[in-house]
Formats: sequence, structure tokens, C-alpha cells
Amino acid sequence: MSEKSMLGQSHDAPMKRHMGLRASRLAANTAIYVVLIVISIIWLIPFICILLQSFRVESTWQVGYVIPQKWGLDNYYNLFKTDFPKWYVNTFITALITAALQTVIVLCMSYTLSRFRFKMRKALMRFMLILGMFPGMLTMIILYRVLKDLGMTQANSVPGLILVYVASSGMGYYVSKGFFDTIPKSLDEAARVDGATRFQVLKKIILPLSKPIVIYTVLTAFMGPWGDFVFARYIAFGSSAGMNVAVGLFNWLNKDQINSYYTMFCAGGVLVAVPVTVLFLCLQKYYVEGVTGGAVKG
Amino acid sequence: MKTYSDLEFLKLSKGEKFLYKLGSFFCAIPRGIKHLILGIGRGIGKAGQTVGREIKDIVSTFISGDWKTKLSFLVMGFGCLARGQILRGLLFLLFEAVFIGYMVLTGGYWLSMLPSLGKVGPTEAYDEIFDTYVTTYNDNSFKILLYGVLTLFFIVAFVYTWRQNVKQNKMAEKILASGKKLKSGREDLRSLVDDQFHKTLLALPMTGILVFTVLPIVFMVLVAFTNYDGTHDGYYNNLFSWVGMTNFNTMLSWKVTGGAGTQSYAATFGEVLTWTLIWAFFATFTNYFLGMFVAMAINKKGIHFKKGWRTILVLTIAIPQFISLLYVSKMFAKNGIVNGFLMSMGWIQEALPFWDNPTWARISVILINIWIGIPYLMLIATGILMNIPADLYESARIDGANAWQQYRKITLPYMLFITGPYLLTSFTSNMNNFNVIYLLTGGAPTNPAASSAAGTVGYTDLLITWLFKITTGAESQYYLASVVGILVFIVVALISLVVYNVLPSIKNEEDFQ
Repeated sequence: MSEKSMLGQSHDAPMKRHMGLRASRLAANTAIYVVLIVISIIWLIPFICILLQSFRVESTWQVGYVIPQKWGLDNYYNLFKTDFPKWYVNTFITALITAALQTVIVLCMSYTLSRFRFKMRKALMRFMLILGMFPGMLTMIILYRVLKDLGMTQANSVPGLILVYVASSGMGYYVSKGFFDTIPKSLDEAARVDGATRFQVLKKIILPLSKPIVIYTVLTAFMGPWGDFVFARYIAFGSSAGMNVAVGLFNWLNKDQINSYYTMFCAGGVLVAVPVTVLFLCLQKYYVEGVTGGAVKG
Repeated sequence: MKTYSDLEFLKLSKGEKFLYKLGSFFCAIPRGIKHLILGIGRGIGKAGQTVGREIKDIVSTFISGDWKTKLSFLVMGFGCLARGQILRGLLFLLFEAVFIGYMVLTGGYWLSMLPSLGKVGPTEAYDEIFDTYVTTYNDNSFKILLYGVLTLFFIVAFVYTWRQNVKQNKMAEKILASGKKLKSGREDLRSLVDDQFHKTLLALPMTGILVFTVLPIVFMVLVAFTNYDGTHDGYYNNLFSWVGMTNFNTMLSWKVTGGAGTQSYAATFGEVLTWTLIWAFFATFTNYFLGMFVAMAINKKGIHFKKGWRTILVLTIAIPQFISLLYVSKMFAKNGIVNGFLMSMGWIQEALPFWDNPTWARISVILINIWIGIPYLMLIATGILMNIPADLYESARIDGANAWQQYRKITLPYMLFITGPYLLTSFTSNMNNFNVIYLLTGGAPTNPAASSAAGTVGYTDLLITWLFKITTGAESQYYLASVVGILVFIVVALISLVVYNVLPSIKNEEDFQ
């Protein structure tokens, strides 16, 4: 959709003639600009602060001012003396593999529920809706013990994490199902009449049309593991080699560590946030499509 | 309650209309619950009928079937093999062999131990040679419960497969009697990417959900009826066993068990639940309305740099919450930047107790949640606002409606109608919004009166963070965590059910179309 129709500009067309109204609209727009600028400042302050603090080298604990008195890259340099690179690699591998596998699973699930009408379909969807009402946190205890028996905890936690993330990801089919619902069914039917199998319909007709939702799914699946500090912490269970960035950095803000690691937390946070944010902003368009479509479908 | 017709309703004054709507909402709640109970009753009745029909069908298949069919009742897949459907027959036979093998080798043991959850705990014996006490571990309650449930799943799967096997025979007989040919193995395989493609596609995701979601949830629900905790871990320390409803009685009892100045479990639960609902209400609606206003402001004609404003806002979505929220939480700490700034400006003398005073902390989390939540709503609202037909506004303007009236009569009803289901899910997911609370306050400040309850309950704790604290606390009272989890489920399910039944977008689907 073009930017112009997005704004709904046609609303005010007849009013242009009235000069008084024009002045009042100018006032209204100025007020809106002021509000937007204030909002933007509020939104950006924490991120600017975290960036500035990561360059502060005169002290490592929390201080009541923002602009560093002495600038330097020491915090970034020191990061490489800790396990941070290891955590980074762990998270990156987890995110990459999760993104690939989760996309396949979610798309299988949502495509099936959107396109096929089989006997158990309604019951299946209701069942998953009810399953989703249980707090997922409860299952942490048992998953931990099972993974422990399989030898996938502590230093070895990356495969365990991937397994858990991917295995239950079929539950999150709503957004992409909403997308598949919007592709006209007549396309499938035409191809079926011409003798294509269901698999060929998926491969030759649906997939080429699904670029936005595939990108949306990959993006959300990739971003998930970067922020998981609950389950990942449980699985890593104190073993530094098995942590991801979220768990490692989270621990630095414990009461007994915060005074020596606060600025390094900021530096680590910047290193984590920058690539994820850049990726997100590049693919923002698809994310917006997914979120909007998913919410409207309910 | 008296119900008005549409015409009578329009005659009411504003206040009366509001009261009427409020009244009818609450009147709908008992009705919703009644529907639920009736629905469950009907479901049970239907299930009974289905079982009866199935049994009848099985018996009649046996009586009227030929010898191949009859033998298939014992040897699964025999009918298929005898009629030339080698692939199907082998699969049935293989499944039966695996099932019998599993039941004989291990399944029978797990199942037999399930009622007791293990008989012999770890024992200590004196070892004369090494002159020490040596512990031998025996039964494992955890594994018994886990594999016991798994075995039950397996039995259900077997019964289902066996039933399919019987059905297959009946169908094959029918097809052969009508003079047609049965499907060959090759055709079966081909149908997996064609007619039966959905089975192929669902196989992997459903297996994952079954093993990593359904099984754990069933397990954890069962844990609520045991005494599984840190000291009864089922293997290393002590076995755990079934305790019936004891844990629910503990959680819902008004008896004060702690020292002076403490409160009962039920009182603590009530407080946490109340705060959870208050939080979910404010978190949902502040974000909803503010997000909508921001979206409208950015969308307004004559505002430039639209993409830029949106990009700044979505930064909070892009940056992982453990960085942004954790950092913001430290900003508002006693020695954080906000207090430091306010003091250096001379506006305050002492640090403001953002996280130390219960009321301050509660308001702070709601306000900071706006920072996290507005961007999502802004994106959603932008998409919906674009779809409102422009002629609605135009005709409203010709009739002399001002901006506020247009908002009240067009934008808001439209938004509410479209996003009704979203509001519901957003309410329930806010009830379980672990990240915001845990990263900002961790539940603090601690509620001293609740010290008699498990975990360290704080004033900003939601049920979900409380559950987490119970699980990871010193005593690891998994059974209580499980009880809380079940109660969360009940609350969420009730709210969803009631609201879903009174939502206009479900009731009058055609209104805005």
C-alpha cells in the first residue's frame, strides 16, 4: 500500500478552503509534533544511556550521571576476557538452527490448518488453544530433568535448548495461518484440477507467494533465543560454558556482581542489541505485516 | 434482568445505557458458566454414545466378517496382508510387535508402579571393606510417573490403531465385495503427498507438541496431587507419593500457619490474584488506548517523517527485553540515573522509592510497561485504521461531527470490534507477563505478611512469577507451583470463556462487513 493512502488523506479535502480551519490544523499538528518529539526522547533515552555507559571507564558500578567522565573501549575489551564470546557463539548457533527448524514446523502446522479440512481439525485447534492456557513455565522442571537424563544440560545445553524451542513451536501457528487464509483457495483448486498433487500445490504455488510470512517466521524465531533468560538459565544450571548471552549478562546484574560488571553489562548489551536491531529494522516491513494480520484475525 | 429491545434501548439516557450494558455483561457471566457446564455434560453424553456405537460396530464387524477379518482382531494387519496390502499390513504388524515388546519389557513395570510411585527409596548400607555407608538408589518416582504417563499414552495409541485395523478390514471387505480393487502400497505412499498430505505435514509438529508440551503438562498436573519437592525428589533423597487433594487444601485454606503478623495461603493467593487482575487490566488498556492515539497522531495528515517516528518506537520490540527492561529497572533504582538526575537538579532531596514502596512499585511497572507495549499497539492500530472506509468520516463531517465525536462514533467502535479477540488474548497474556515483572522488580518489595507462604511473595508478584519463585526457591515445592499453575489455568480459561461469549465480534460477525 502506498504511503499516501496509508494516511487517509482524503478526509480533509473539503476543508482546505477555510483559512481559519487551516490555522487550527496547524496548531493541532504542532501539538502533535511536540508530543511525538517528547515520546521519541522518552523512547530513546534508555538506549542512549546504555550506549554512553558502555564507554564509561572511570568506574564499573552504577552512577547517577549519564555522560562518562572518561571515555574508552575498556568495557568492550574486557568482555573478551570473560566467557562472553562463548555465550555469544552459543546464542548465535541456537538462534540460527532454531530459526531454520522452527520455520519449517510452524509453516507445516499453519499451512495444514489453513488449507486442509480433515475430521479432527477443529478439535485439534481447540485442543491447542486450551493447552496454551497452561503456564508454560510449569513444564520447565520436567524438561530440565529429561534433558539432564539425555545429557543435554549445563555445558552441553545448546542442543537441549534447540530441541525444546523447536519441539513445541507448532503451537505458535496463529499468525501464519492468518496469512495462508488470505491466499485464495481457487488457486489451489485450479492446480488440483490440472492434476497437481497437494505437495506440488504447496511447492509450486503457495510457497512462492509466502515470502512475507516466511521472513516473519524466521525473524521472530531468530530473535526468540536472544532474549530467553528463564529456561536457558535453568538448563545451563550455573555452568558458564552452557549459558547464552541473556543468562550470562543477567547474572552480571546480581547484587554481588553488579558493582564490578555494570558497565560491561552495558557493553555486552550493545553488542547483542546492535545486530538483532539492525536485522529487525531491515525486515521491519514483514514484521509489521505479520503483527497486523495476526491481530486482526484474532 | 430485564432485556430491552433495540428501540427501547435507544430511548434510554446515557447513564442508563451504560448501566444496562454493564448489567447485561455481568448477567452474561452466569449464563456463560451455565453454557460451559451444559456443554461439558453434552460432551460426556456424546462421548458415551460414540463409544457405544464403536463397540457395536466392532462386534458386528467380527460377527459378519470372514476368517481373515476375524484373525485380524488378534494379529493386527493380517487382513491387509492376506488381501495383498503388504505395506499397510506390515506397518500394523510392526506396531503391534513394538507395543507388545514395550509392554513386556518396561511398560508393564511402569504401569504397575504408577499407583504407588515407587516402593523402595534410597537405602544406606554399611560397607565393611571401605568402612563407609554406601547409598543405593532404588525406585525412581520421577521416572515412574513420567514413563507411566507415557505408557498410558501408548496404550491409547494402541487402542486407536487397533480400531483402525478393524475398520480397515471392514472397508476392504466392502470394496472387494463391490468388485473394486484395493489400494496398493505405492498408491498409499503417493496419497501421503496428496490426499493424506495433511498427515505428513502434521506428523512432525504434533509429535513435538505431544512429547514436549502435552506430556509435561499432564505430568505437572499430576504433580499437584503428589508431594514432589526438593526433599522428595523421587530418587536421590526420598520417593514422592500420591497425596490426593492435600495441596489444594493447603493453597486454599484460610488457616494461618506462620507466626504473628503473617497470613494464610488463601489470603496470599487472593492478594496476588487481585494484583494480577489489576495489572492485566491496566497493562492491556493503557497500552491499547495510548497505542491507538500514537498511531492516530502519526497517521494524521500533514505529519511528516512518519516512518521515522515508527522506527523509533519499534526499537523496544527489536532490542531484547532482558537488556532494555533490566537496564530501565536499574535506571529507576535508588542510586540510578533517574534519581541521580532529579537530585542533581535539586528537585528532590531524597531518592524516590520507585522499587521500595509497594504503591510506587506497582505504578512504576504499569508505566514502564507502556514503554514496552505501545509500539505493538501502534503497529496493529496503524494497520486497522488504514482500513476504516474514508467515506464514513466524510459523511460524519458533513453532518458536523467534530474530531472527538468522529473518534467516539467511528474510530473507537471500529477498533474495538476488530480487535476484540486481540484484547482478550492480550489480557490473558498480560496476566502471564513474566518478563516485565521479573526483569523490572523481581516481585519486590517483599510482602512480610506473606512470608508464611511458599516462595518470597512480593507486592508486584504476579501468579506466574510467584509460581517461578516457588519452583526455584530453597524448598522447591513443585507440588505447590503445580497447584498455582492449575489455578492460573482455571482463571484464564474462565475469563476467556465468559468474555468470548459476550464479544460483539463473535456475536454479530456481520456488523462491520
